[in-house]
Amino acid sequence: MDLATLLPFLVNVIVGGLVLGFVYAIIALGYTMVYGVLQLINFAHSEVFVTGAVVGFEVFRVLNGVEMNGYLKLLIALLAAMLVSGGLNVLIERLAYRPLRGAPKLVPLITAIGVSLILQDVLRVIEGFQGRFDLTYTLPNGFANKFCAAESTCAPLGNFLRGVGIDMQLKDVILVVVALISLAVLNYIVNRTRMGKAIRAVAQDRVTAGLMGIDSNRMISATFLIGGALGGISGVLFGMKFGTVNAYSGFDPGIIAFTAAVLGGIGSIPGAVLGGLTLGVIQNLIGVTNILGMVVGSENLGAIDASYQRIGAFIVLVLILIFKPTGLLGKSNVEKV
Amino acid sequence: MSLPSMFDTNRDGKPDRTILLIAFFLITSAVLLVSHNGPLLEGLGSAGQFLKNPITEAFFVSLFLANILFAYLWKAAPWARALVGVASLLIVLPWAGREDTSLLDLSIQIMIFAALALGLNIVVGLAGLLDLGYVAFFAVGAYTWGIFASPRFAEILRYYGENPGATNAGTLAIGLFLTVVTAASMVYINRLTSRQAPTATSTWSFRLAAFGLVAGLTLAARATIVLMSGQAEGLANGIDPGFFWLFLALSVLAAAIVGVLIGLPVLRLKGDYLAIITLGLGEVIRVLANNLDLYTAGSQGITPIRSANVPWFNSLAGALGFTEDQHYLLFLYVLVLIVVGVILLVNVRLDRSRIGRAWIAIRDDEVAAQAMGVPLVQTKLIAFATGASFAGIMGMIFAAKQTFISPESFNLFQSIGVLSMVILGGMGSFPGVILGAAVVTLLNLRILPGLGEATANLGIPQQVNPGQLQRLIFGIILVAMMLLRPEGLLPNKRRTLELHHEDNQEDDSVDGNAGALGNTGAEVYSAGVAPAKHEDNAGGRK
Repeated sequence: MDLATLLPFLVNVIVGGLVLGFVYAIIALGYTMVYGVLQLINFAHSEVFVTGAVVGFEVFRVLNGVEMNGYLKLLIALLAAMLVSGGLNVLIERLAYRPLRGAPKLVPLITAIGVSLILQDVLRVIEGFQGRFDLTYTLPNGFANKFCAAESTCAPLGNFLRGVGIDMQLKDVILVVVALISLAVLNYIVNRTRMGKAIRAVAQDRVTAGLMGIDSNRMISATFLIGGALGGISGVLFGMKFGTVNAYSGFDPGIIAFTAAVLGGIGSIPGAVLGGLTLGVIQNLIGVTNILGMVVGSENLGAIDASYQRIGAFIVLVLILIFKPTGLLGKSNVEKV
Repeated sequence: MSLPSMFDTNRDGKPDRTILLIAFFLITSAVLLVSHNGPLLEGLGSAGQFLKNPITEAFFVSLFLANILFAYLWKAAPWARALVGVASLLIVLPWAGREDTSLLDLSIQIMIFAALALGLNIVVGLAGLLDLGYVAFFAVGAYTWGIFASPRFAEILRYYGENPGATNAGTLAIGLFLTVVTAASMVYINRLTSRQAPTATSTWSFRLAAFGLVAGLTLAARATIVLMSGQAEGLANGIDPGFFWLFLALSVLAAAIVGVLIGLPVLRLKGDYLAIITLGLGEVIRVLANNLDLYTAGSQGITPIRSANVPWFNSLAGALGFTEDQHYLLFLYVLVLIVVGVILLVNVRLDRSRIGRAWIAIRDDEVAAQAMGVPLVQTKLIAFATGASFAGIMGMIFAAKQTFISPESFNLFQSIGVLSMVILGGMGSFPGVILGAAVVTLLNLRILPGLGEATANLGIPQQVNPGQLQRLIFGIILVAMMLLRPEGLLPNKRRTLELHHEDNQEDDSVDGNAGALGNTGAEVYSAGVAPAKHEDNAGGRK
């Protein structure tokens, strides 16, 4: 394979990685927001996110018979998933984490693992009653098509993408757009509204924030609501991207998204996005090393296949934690004694 | 400190229950023996049917095992307690197991998990390091024996016989030379740095030597395999079972080494980071087992794995009336019993040793412990390696018992299962952890499947069949224990103080403000209970 064919191929791999990275980034935000406020790894977030994916699946399934604009269906699916996942996350916080504030750190962490296990089986049972295990997304017509099949139907953006040789499906473009909009809204909420200011205050110092008249419990609930809603969005996007979801499929993306949050600096919102994108690209690159192997002429590289993608994420995590535990954009946290 | 003191905690003011204990033991033993005696049950007619029912059976097994718990808990004459414990484990259980092999199997499983839970208890309960990849060490032990005692070994030899590379006796010599030289220089540098402060040069040369050691060992190992490849046909069923005893030691060593290797880079991390990274490394070991097809046969798994060959024990078992195919199970039962006993003993001794107190100090407050001169990394590594070695030896016995291992036996869910045993029983409490292991294993292997079988005809849909709800039940155990009784069923006294000291203090954690102190939230109060803790730290008895 020569450079002329390799380059566009690599560009596509990287673009594919970025698309994937946006999904991870939105999941990672769910971890990072909760961690920023409570210093708790919400292990249950991966199930909150799968719940969003399941809700999205059900909405698409129900609306499939209805004559309706595809984008409207997507919007309904996203809103429903945000509502359910956000509500679920608030509920989890109320029932499982709030009674444990102030307990040693190990205690809420183990609770989070427990909640995650419970949710997995609850989801499995609920879907199992309909005789389903693997939920296959049926997207509205045209979503899985190439972004621009023929030159005549291409928008200017499509023409540009074609020009540089990027090959995207419509659903990928939608995914990136939805992710960018959610990031913009989140950024607005956190940085421009009163509630965002209060959340940041609680994250920084709960006691002082309380003295200033901020109801820290309400702000923590709000954080869980926002985190859960982001989880819902990412669930739908994940379902769109990968096509199938089941009750246990939260583990892998959950762990990668957590790695992304740590990579960017846990607690930092831009960090989570940066980490997500980086890991998406790394993961896609690991997936194609066999082709790189063909280029280099080495057969050994071909042995590294997709099953090593997960290992890749963990190795990245170990390396970051060893060399820069605060992550790329994180601030160092001086421990007071 | 004498050994009986570990059984003799403070029980003043309780009535003496010797007679009750003996009566309970006799009744439950009789019921157990009857309910597992097939021919006898036939004769009993409908009562026999009732006793054979999986739920009643699970109930009777639980009641019988409760004997041992009561012997530990109740105030009774020492001879009665010892008698009940010994007779239950050495006479009644094997006797009932002679009629029903699944009972022996169950007891072995319980003890394997008890040993795992004891190991994890050192890491989580004593040293406070949440390890979510614990089952990886179990896998190391299992594969150490599994590869050598199965046809896999011959496959590996054949492969290297066909692809010898440049390896011959010369390479072996170089490898051994390199190993010896680097090992010697490591020891030398280590001695040097113990007398004077380590410099950058000494640190780097130590690392270089370590690298050389790994290279030397790899070369030597590869050369040995190539030179041995001619033997492949003779080893078609794996190595001689007589090596079982050697491997019992090797699996401990291998798991401990892997524990140190995993521990070295990650033990600088704390709390949640450590949890997630151990989870990750556990998964890495599973993925490796799944992908290194030559060594682990990938997802197909390795089978058949041999067990030790002990003719004298077989003849003894034969004399006791056990049939031929029960011999190896009885042997493993006795072996596991002994190993669990040794592990328990090691645990109790470690808990009261300097290192045990260092672990607890680190768990309670890392910074303070460091300030008091506890070497953090070293102490944590010892905890990791000790926990790992228990898992390693049990992994090997597990492989010998199942005669089959595959990566699926070592997934994250298993790690969480062991964790839930530790938490259910009580972190840091040895009898509690064993109780937790027994309860969870019974739940998994007997009670849930029994309930599933019993409800199969009641029209309950397959999806909510109790046999399928393991995750839900584990999850509920974890959450409920954390919310209601974080100290566990049989709490460790010291741990209880720590988790409930807020109750006695002026408490501002109720309205959610205590955590505002961030990482130090819980520890800040420890000064208040320092005297109480101090007393406990001073040793077992007061």
